[in-house]
Amino acid sequence: MNEMTKIETTLKDWETDQEVRWCPGCGDYAILKAVQRTLPQLGADPSKTVFVSGIGCSSRFPYYVESYGFHTIHGRAPAFATGIKLANPELDVWLVTGDGDGMSIGGNHTMHVLRRNLDCQILLFNNEIYGLTKGQYSPTSRQGTNSPSSPIGSVDRPASPCAFALGSGARFVARGFDVSKNLPDVLKAAHAHRGAAFIEIFQNCIVYNKDRFDDFAAAKGVEDQQLWLENGAPMLFAGGTKGITMDHETLSLKIVDVVDGDWQSAGVIVHDVTNRAVAYMLVDLRVAPKFREFPMALGVIYDDPKPTFDSDVVAEREKSSGGRVADLGKLLGKGQTWTVEG
Amino acid sequence: MATVSAERESALAQSGGESPEAVVVRFAGDSGDGMQLTGGQFTLSTALAGNDLATFPDFPAEIRAPQGTLFGVSAFQINFGSSEITTAGDAPDVLVAMNPAALKTNLGALKLGGLIIADTGEFSKRNLDKAKYETNPLEDGSLAKWDLLAFDISALTIEAVKPFGLGNKEALRCKNMWTLGLALWMFDRDRQPIIDGINAKFAKKPDIAGANIAALNAGHAYGETAEISGPLRRLHVDSVPAEPGLYRTVTGAEAISLGLVAGAQLAGLPMFFGGYPITPASAILHNLVKVKEFGVTTFQAEDEIAAICAAIGASYAGQLGVTSSSGPGIALKGEAMGLAAMTELPLVIVNSQRGGPSTGLPTKTEQSDLYQAVYGRNGDTPMPVIAARSPSDSFYCAIEACRIAVQFMTPVMLLTDGYIANAAEPWKVPDPSSFEPFPVSFLEEKNGPDDTLLPYKRDARGVRPWIKPGTPGLMHRIGGIEKAIDTGNLDYSPDTHQAQTDARKGKVDAVAGATPAQDVCLGNETGKLVVVGWGSTYGPIHQAVRRARRKGLDVSHVHVRHIWPLPSNLGDLLRGFDNVLVPEMNTGQFKTVLRDQYLIDAKPLNKVSGQPFAIAELEAAIAKYFDGVPGNEGGEVPVNDTQLPSPEA
Repeated sequence: MNEMTKIETTLKDWETDQEVRWCPGCGDYAILKAVQRTLPQLGADPSKTVFVSGIGCSSRFPYYVESYGFHTIHGRAPAFATGIKLANPELDVWLVTGDGDGMSIGGNHTMHVLRRNLDCQILLFNNEIYGLTKGQYSPTSRQGTNSPSSPIGSVDRPASPCAFALGSGARFVARGFDVSKNLPDVLKAAHAHRGAAFIEIFQNCIVYNKDRFDDFAAAKGVEDQQLWLENGAPMLFAGGTKGITMDHETLSLKIVDVVDGDWQSAGVIVHDVTNRAVAYMLVDLRVAPKFREFPMALGVIYDDPKPTFDSDVVAEREKSSGGRVADLGKLLGKGQTWTVEG
Repeated sequence: MATVSAERESALAQSGGESPEAVVVRFAGDSGDGMQLTGGQFTLSTALAGNDLATFPDFPAEIRAPQGTLFGVSAFQINFGSSEITTAGDAPDVLVAMNPAALKTNLGALKLGGLIIADTGEFSKRNLDKAKYETNPLEDGSLAKWDLLAFDISALTIEAVKPFGLGNKEALRCKNMWTLGLALWMFDRDRQPIIDGINAKFAKKPDIAGANIAALNAGHAYGETAEISGPLRRLHVDSVPAEPGLYRTVTGAEAISLGLVAGAQLAGLPMFFGGYPITPASAILHNLVKVKEFGVTTFQAEDEIAAICAAIGASYAGQLGVTSSSGPGIALKGEAMGLAAMTELPLVIVNSQRGGPSTGLPTKTEQSDLYQAVYGRNGDTPMPVIAARSPSDSFYCAIEACRIAVQFMTPVMLLTDGYIANAAEPWKVPDPSSFEPFPVSFLEEKNGPDDTLLPYKRDARGVRPWIKPGTPGLMHRIGGIEKAIDTGNLDYSPDTHQAQTDARKGKVDAVAGATPAQDVCLGNETGKLVVVGWGSTYGPIHQAVRRARRKGLDVSHVHVRHIWPLPSNLGDLLRGFDNVLVPEMNTGQFKTVLRDQYLIDAKPLNKVSGQPFAIAELEAAIAKYFDGVPGNEGGEVPVNDTQLPSPEA
């Protein structure tokens, strides 16, 4: 996010007068609250904030945030966000999408907004199901998911949003989940990152895919299955009794026991958010079959900024115009011309 | 070898001179022979000589088609003359054939008695085989109906560029310049502007520049020598008495780009152009990347959909969003156009039509996207549509599209086609101060009662305010879901949808009140026959109607720019004629719109060969309405009618 004058607001200032139309108990409510709680802490200015979304349950989000909002078409929010940000780089652009919107119909645009590194925050709500169309399996649904379009279990192999983001060239990749008390901190880190900041937020669809993530993302009791990452801190979980280390024989990650807090002698890795190679492995924990027994990597997995698309486009525009003054008459009469005398 | 046809001898005897009113020349060769460049340079010299002109580049879809093949032939036709020229001409008077394939694919078009200039150096057994000639047409007498001037251009070029020490392959690349030199001699043209152009283009490669100039000069000198005997004669085409002022040549793609820049300037807005490469629309993107000092941002998107969505995003943020494509890409943009119509944001969509369906004929021309433009979206999604009639008209149409888009907060489609996009014509450079500005104003303060904001409050014309994000205190949400009157909040109740659908239709209908009434561009306001055209058929229709009127036929030409909404007087105007004929390069799309809107018996005349209408085809169709008129017995026109006006005209 670009530099901005900080504005004093409260959570209430970010609520609209519109009735929220998600199902009672939907994880989206918790995410909405987390965002509305975070925005005042960022000093964000509602007049300069734009929420852009595609289509799906998650994409109704802009209607409930008292800022500028654009509810666009299915999968294309990254393209709209690109136009908005290039037209006015002063705006603070948030993109809200889902696993269907962002990984299926809009997968192409997600890839390109990440590789271009447009300065924006991308919140991908992953509930592993198509909610708004009544429960079909999605591109992130696990194989064998029963749904109206896969009554004996889905055949497709799922996509992994964070691995996809890294593969697309994302410079910031993070994870959180709807009811997590840490979600505002993840949002703040994303906002502080200049460039495209990608956050996968596990979200509980209580109607079509209820409690799908309860093994690691329930409100309480599953903390041992969460690996909260912090830059410069050792990768510890289960109350500091376990850690992640590098298996130098297989060049892979493995779990080690940590005795009496002595993580150094256990060889636990210190998280370096700029280490892309490790990030590729972290996003696979608990997701890829060989890492199934690992905790879910949460928080900021990767954060290594590079110049943003919008700033590069502005610079290119200035370079391309080469100090020329806009003179329409001169432009129209350019090239080889001739004069007919009167 | 040189032969003169009997037709030519008698034609020369009849006309008694060599200063024709108009001449059609076609350069044809392998796609690697540089025929488009030759044509472009010849066009420039023709414009500089003060002739009016029109061109038709016709090239294959393959970038480098296999050498010598029939499908790899690239041609460039130019029609120039001393009176108004509106088409690239029907039948060429001169055909330059750089190889057997070029001769074979273009000979059918050549006027009887016309001149063939052929490079014997390329008429090898191998090339004759590739062109599927069993015997050499230059030698077997099959070209007796035409004049033939055949000599070894390849060898002459190699000889001419010898001092520059180029390899054989590079030396042969100068063949097109040799041919251009000969053409310049034939039509009494100044070589200097071309030489200046070559020097500028190859400033860093003086050897290449020198070789090209040497080839050009050698071709020119050859003309002097060859004139002594045989069919080659020098022709002088008088210059057109043109309105005084500064002129340049302009293609449709250039004119559209300039018009978009001018339109954004007149609106007082920066322009955002989202594009994705597609033939024949890419040239607009290529042009706009060079004019960023006008506040132009160009964005080469990942696909057609992203291109239009980014443009809409930019419009939402307060710039003039523009996107451009051709039929297949326009199909992909359909859903986003609906969003622009639903959210009521300005947007200009340029469609450079090409032959369809699907990939169709990427480099050939057609007008078959009219239904797509007028009707091609889900839901009731009315959208203004404008069609340009010529390269220079594209400039004014682009400004008009920008004006309607910002004044009515609506997407607007501008239709052009492959023919207009690539063709060039002389253009009197307009004075920007002669354009009427249409500055945009954004809403800066709340516009409702009790300090409320009403983003969808409509003015008398049904237009909502434009509100830029970043404006203090005017936060609001818009989207593709049906919205409540004034507030724009989500509302899909029955009455709301009825009212908003009516309002969106009413707003677009109101555009007709803010655009000019339809005029008759040639002929009377009532009569026996009106020929109604739109888009690039302007030239051939105009010439055909002009010729028919010279024969005394009661026919008028109406050319429609505003395809949707139609001009408010068009129905009454057309009802004033006994017959309505609608020539189109499609299977009858505008004809159907006219029938639907006015319940008139509009008759179709259709052509979908990927080639523009020939004037003779239209004359024949017009003549059918005038049986019994002297000179039109049986409603027929001579088979070999040509672009050259008859002496009695």
